[in-house]
Amino acid sequence: MSLRQIAFYGKGGIGKSTTSQNTLAALAEMGQKILIVGCDPKADSTRLILHAKAQDTVLSLAADAGSVEDLELEDVLRVGYRDIRCVESGGPEPGVGCAGRGVITAINFLEENGAYDGVDYVSYDVLGDVVCGGFAMPIRENKAQEIYIVMSGEMMAMYAANNISKGILKYANAGGVRLGGLICNERQTDKEYELADALAKKLGTSLIHFVPRDNVVQHAELRRMTVLEYDPGSKQAAEYRTLAQKIHANKGNGTIPTPITMDELEDLLLEFGIMQKEDESIVGKAKVA
Amino acid sequence: MSAVLDDKTRNKALINEVLEVYPEKAAKKRAKHLNVYEEGKPDCGVKSNIKSLPGVMTIRGCAYAGSKGVVWGPIKDMVHVSHGPVGCGQYSWSTRRNYYNGTTGVDAFGAMQITSDFQEKDIVFGGDKKLDKLVDEITQVFPLAKGISVQSECPIGLIGDDIEAVSKKKSKEIDLPMVPVRCEGFRGVSQSLGHHIANDAIRDWVFDKADYNAPFESTPYDVVLMADYNIGGDAWSSRILLEEMGLRVIGQGTGDATLKEIEMMPRAKLLLLHCYRSMNYIARHVEEKYGVPWFEYNLFGPTKIAESLRGIAAFFDDTIKEKAEQVIAKYTALSQAVIDKYKPRLAGKKVMLYVGGLRPRHVVGAYEDLGMEVCGTGYEFGHGDDYQRTTHYVKDGTLIYDDVTSFELEKFAEKIRPDLMASGVKEKYIFQKMGIPFRQMHSWDYSGPYHGYDGFAIFARDMDMAINSPVWGMTKAPWKK
Repeated sequence: MSLRQIAFYGKGGIGKSTTSQNTLAALAEMGQKILIVGCDPKADSTRLILHAKAQDTVLSLAADAGSVEDLELEDVLRVGYRDIRCVESGGPEPGVGCAGRGVITAINFLEENGAYDGVDYVSYDVLGDVVCGGFAMPIRENKAQEIYIVMSGEMMAMYAANNISKGILKYANAGGVRLGGLICNERQTDKEYELADALAKKLGTSLIHFVPRDNVVQHAELRRMTVLEYDPGSKQAAEYRTLAQKIHANKGNGTIPTPITMDELEDLLLEFGIMQKEDESIVGKAKVA
Repeated sequence: MSAVLDDKTRNKALINEVLEVYPEKAAKKRAKHLNVYEEGKPDCGVKSNIKSLPGVMTIRGCAYAGSKGVVWGPIKDMVHVSHGPVGCGQYSWSTRRNYYNGTTGVDAFGAMQITSDFQEKDIVFGGDKKLDKLVDEITQVFPLAKGISVQSECPIGLIGDDIEAVSKKKSKEIDLPMVPVRCEGFRGVSQSLGHHIANDAIRDWVFDKADYNAPFESTPYDVVLMADYNIGGDAWSSRILLEEMGLRVIGQGTGDATLKEIEMMPRAKLLLLHCYRSMNYIARHVEEKYGVPWFEYNLFGPTKIAESLRGIAAFFDDTIKEKAEQVIAKYTALSQAVIDKYKPRLAGKKVMLYVGGLRPRHVVGAYEDLGMEVCGTGYEFGHGDDYQRTTHYVKDGTLIYDDVTSFELEKFAEKIRPDLMASGVKEKYIFQKMGIPFRQMHSWDYSGPYHGYDGFAIFARDMDMAINSPVWGMTKAPWKK
């Protein structure tokens, strides 16, 4: 089968890396050959697959060697659970340099050196929001065809999901990128499923799966493992298998997202009682002693 | 009178003719930059210092060019680091012919290109460590350097490197001034903002760190000759006159300047400002903070030289005023001889100027001294105050063009057929191919100096050489069948 390129985006701390690694582990279980490209300077997108934080990132090795042209693919490629191949772009310490440029550099290097040969799936795990051109790299032309947004019923996570949709829309007409769907990582907020489902519909996509909260994820993480590896018989492992099957079957079903305005998003939250109607008379007024 | 009216009518028609070719929006914008000067108006009636239109082939530079190339670069005993990828430094290598005394690579560094040569990893991981290391290397390789300036190229601003922190730290370590300049090329609409940023850096990192309470033996005649970049030796031929009239030049810059001379500005009794556009900011600051007045002078051609020397002398006592008159008298015979020789060959010739921020007005007098007429002029990066000052120089009916486009300038020249185009290297060959004599007025076409009485003799010779060259008689112009 042809190469499928997918990417996971979502608000920081929402559980992108955990969700993506568990899902990809389940895809590997289905016999798929997988390459994970971590696009986060923290380099923790492959930790559960490798049982260790990747030390040899593309950019740290390139900095040591002088330039990225001095590297070989073997230098940066690590193989983990079920032969999943892992690469981390790496990047600067917080507050210096340009992490976005780092992502571009790393992805170009991987493509030029044939890292994508012989795999069924390439998965990009991208930090936080689409803050600049560098972090939009995976959704540009000839990169990821389907984007999966990890979110929850929290307002800021939904806000980020809408923003990422805007980023996808920007590139959707020029290139082939599509929104694959939303993945709701349960936070046990009020009416979470309904809200996530409603947002997905507004964005012109579907809630591809609702991943319930389960402590086994934390237990596995403490051991730097996916649930699939730590406790393959658990209910949570089954959830990730379901998600993996849905993604596998979702080929070509991606849509061009229809992001909504801030007002529409707030209306949605009001509708579900998450947000109270703003009282205009109190805006900007300090507490009276 | 009717000739002026004819010119006015023709120039107005010409403006309409070039505007007609543009798309509506572009025409509307360009219309504001083109005008015919009306005698008695307080300015030239054009907008300026506005972003150039895309696609028109503007002749402007960037903020880095304004700081590194113009203001900081000529300070000879400092190492100026082009901080960022190699290209900006490489393509601005050497100087604008800012002559200096000294041994390049030993105690002077003007014509050298020193860059941090950013690679991909420096962009991704930031370049502060590299800058830190580069400073150590500079102090090893050039132990006689008296300071370092960091001229920021675009990526420095984009990736947010903290060059100020590095400069503070390294300045302490090497016990020399280190000046970070935020002159990223994407800032502003032309090199003009780069001048301003460079001036601000002098204020914040030179004046504010110098000790003006340290003992200094001053005289009532201390002046600083500033914003003369000593192109082809201009500052030297100016300084002679100032010294002959009894003034003590305690600093000169930034052409052939040392960093110590730049520090001298607040100590002067009068700042003599040549290029108003590029250094008026620091002159105004010195006036405000240290109470030193400044004076814009013009040493192109004997008429303006005499006017300027008298203007300068007016700030001082009678001895200086008398000496100024003596200096003027001393050189009258020389300049009259120059005029006698060249005026008959040049009288009535028409000139079109298009230069940077000062010469579009300052050189007008020198041409007029030779009996020539400036029929069109404009600035690459002048501001409103430049166009106000221009009114003291130009005649009624002069064609004015701000940030002129390649198309406009060619069209104007084609219709006006001036006897001389005086502009920059990018224009030179276009107009020569049109059969129009040309002189580069940024670099003096590898000649100079043009300032002062000595400079006037060279200026006159060069203009004659261009206009009366036999080569123009050998070309066959298609419109002269």
